Amino acid sequence: MKILVCISKAPDTTSKISFTDGDTRFNEDKVQFIVNPYDEWYALVRALELKEAQGGSVTIVSVGGNDLDPIMRKALAIGADDGARINLNATDAFQTAAEIAAYAKDKGFDLILTGKETIDYNGSQVAGMIAEILSLPYVSVASKLDVSGSLATIERDITGGTEVLECALPVVISCAKGMAEQRIPNMRGIMAARTKPLQVIEPSGAQALTKVVKYQLPAEKGAVKIIAGDQMDELVNLLHTEAKVI
Amino acid sequence: MSVLVFADSHNGKLAKSTHEIVYYGSQIAAKIGGSLTVVTYGSVENNSLTMLGNFGASKVLVNKSVNTDNDEQLTSLAAEAVKFTGAKVVIFAFDQIGKIVAPRLAARLGAGLVAGATALPEINHDSFTVSKNVFSGKAYATYAIHSDMKIISLLPNSVKPVSSSGSASVEEFSPALATPRVRVKEVKSISSDGIPLPEAEIVVSAGRGLKGPENWGIVEDLAKALGAATACSRPVADIGWRPHHEHVGQTGIAIRPNLYIAAGISGAIQHLAGVNGSKTIVVINTDPEAPFFKAADYGIIGDAFEVLPKLTAAVQKFKASN
Ligand SMILES: Cc1cc2nc3c(=O)[nH]c(=O)nc-3n(C[C@H](O)[C@H](O)[C@H](O)COP(=O)(O)OP(=O)(O)OC[C@H]3O[C@@H](n4cnc5c(N)ncnc54)[C@H](O)[C@@H]3O)c2cc1C
Ligand SMILES: Nc1ncnc2c1ncn2[C@@H]1O[C@H](COP(=O)(O)O)[C@@H](O)[C@H]1O
Repeated sequence: MKILVCISKAPDTTSKISFTDGDTRFNEDKVQFIVNPYDEWYALVRALELKEAQGGSVTIVSVGGNDLDPIMRKALAIGADDGARINLNATDAFQTAAEIAAYAKDKGFDLILTGKETIDYNGSQVAGMIAEILSLPYVSVASKLDVSGSLATIERDITGGTEVLECALPVVISCAKGMAEQRIPNMRGIMAARTKPLQVIEPSGAQALTKVVKYQLPAEKGAVKIIAGDQMDELVNLLHTEAKVI
Repeated sequence: MSVLVFADSHNGKLAKSTHEIVYYGSQIAAKIGGSLTVVTYGSVENNSLTMLGNFGASKVLVNKSVNTDNDEQLTSLAAEAVKFTGAKVVIFAFDQIGKIVAPRLAARLGAGLVAGATALPEINHDSFTVSKNVFSGKAYATYAIHSDMKIISLLPNSVKPVSSSGSASVEEFSPALATPRVRVKEVKSISSDGIPLPEAEIVVSAGRGLKGPENWGIVEDLAKALGAATACSRPVADIGWRPHHEHVGQTGIAIRPNLYIAAGISGAIQHLAGVNGSKTIVVINTDPEAPFFKAADYGIIGDAFEVLPKLTAAVQKFKASN
């Protein structure tokens, strides 16, 4: 089985968020970047488990500049076989998806896995767009994935329950909690990752359709109102008359 | 120029945020001087469809034969409705269906998509911009959409729909649709008579401070008194004290209820990422230094084992007299 896993970077959640260039750019200075958790913990690890059980290969792909190399090396250290970086600082999800689709097009991947969303822009867009461009079926927010022969069985949470789905390969799947358990790369993996092939590919020329023109921090929250533990009637009263939520 | 709203339905009922997206779409239609059409599917009662007129729809197209939430089938339904109406702006809810269909439709039509918008777009003769939350709610970004065709999915709970009198005409809409390649094999429903967490207006949540699963009775009592759903922090779901679908935060689900009550949760940034869109936050914690107090509107420095039952009693008293 040939599996492609889409890997993106994300600022560590504890990072301080600030902007530069007249609030038109995210200030990456002093920001610690990590592998987007959904991509690493769920998509990548499940891909590796499937390969270990059934044979095949796991390729990672990222769209971005060379600042992505450490992120991709980490994914290789966890166990991916090889990687391709499409050398473009993409402006939006469509441009990212179009580049990944152009790369994946004739390579015969059986599964294309992504994370459920990137934790910085929270769009949940890239996977569906890749599926559409490649005319493949798409299952979002999967919490379980099994493959038998050329048939994938997928579970996902829906309002009030879980849905079990079936689909012939190839298929695009976005992965969420439940898929797999996080793996910490070991020393051997880290050493091996240094020599694994990481190809740099020039972009195909897909255009973005949207662009961020301004960033803004939310208004500061007012100070917390402290209420004594035996004044719960007072709290209920405030929730009713002041906050107007009950 | 007209606006199309794609309203998803489930078991014969329109999705919860339908009124919000119809109202939102009607505000855009008014701005650009066009009419608003809604497209939906399934066995939704006619009554619920005509009353979308109250929120600004002039026409509702309904496809009665679609009965699953298949990505390709729904995308072709949306694409056919775009063709039929000539709409230049399409609105979705940023919910499970919207997250599947909007990106596919965007790629099909070459339309710029802003996913998870939180406010109405600013429309000028040469620009179309709309804002959304980024960095897990820690900032807003304003996006410009360059393409001629534009798609917005609206974060639930972002606008308050205002209703007026109006009634929409309902038309059956049965174009040829794509055949689903993903098949639904089975639906397992969770046996819970409670309120689904993503839809709840009030959520009572607890963390490791509750010490063990046997102590959740006081959390459930308060939830019951308030008509609330229950949630939990990640470690609590990981150690199996609570089911996984209750886990909120960066790696669980993100919610935006009107009222979020957190007991025995420290307020780690990854937890806040899933709840900081809540309108009002109440925090109960023994530690006055707990980071959650910085994100709270009301705080009680105290023992959840004492405070929760008192709060439940106060809520019951309030409900009985109102
Ligand atoms: C990449 C990543 C992703 C993560 N994603 C999530 C996520 O999605 N959701 C999430 O929740 N966490 C997430 N976490 C974990 C997060 O960092 C915290 O560890 C977690 O939220 C802590 O859970 P807690 O508040 O229940 O427990 P603790 O941090 O142990 O806090 C317990 C709190 O209870 C208080 N307390 C103790 N006794 C009482 C009492 N009797 N009455 C009242 N208060 C009491 C204590 O003062 C303390 O503040 C993530 C972490 C990482 C690294
Ligand atoms: N620049 C990128 N390079 C590779 N994969 C990406 C990139 N951006 C997003 N993805 C993938 O698409 C998923 C969803 O991203 P998003 O649509 O931005 O929420 C992520 O979890 C990744 O798997």
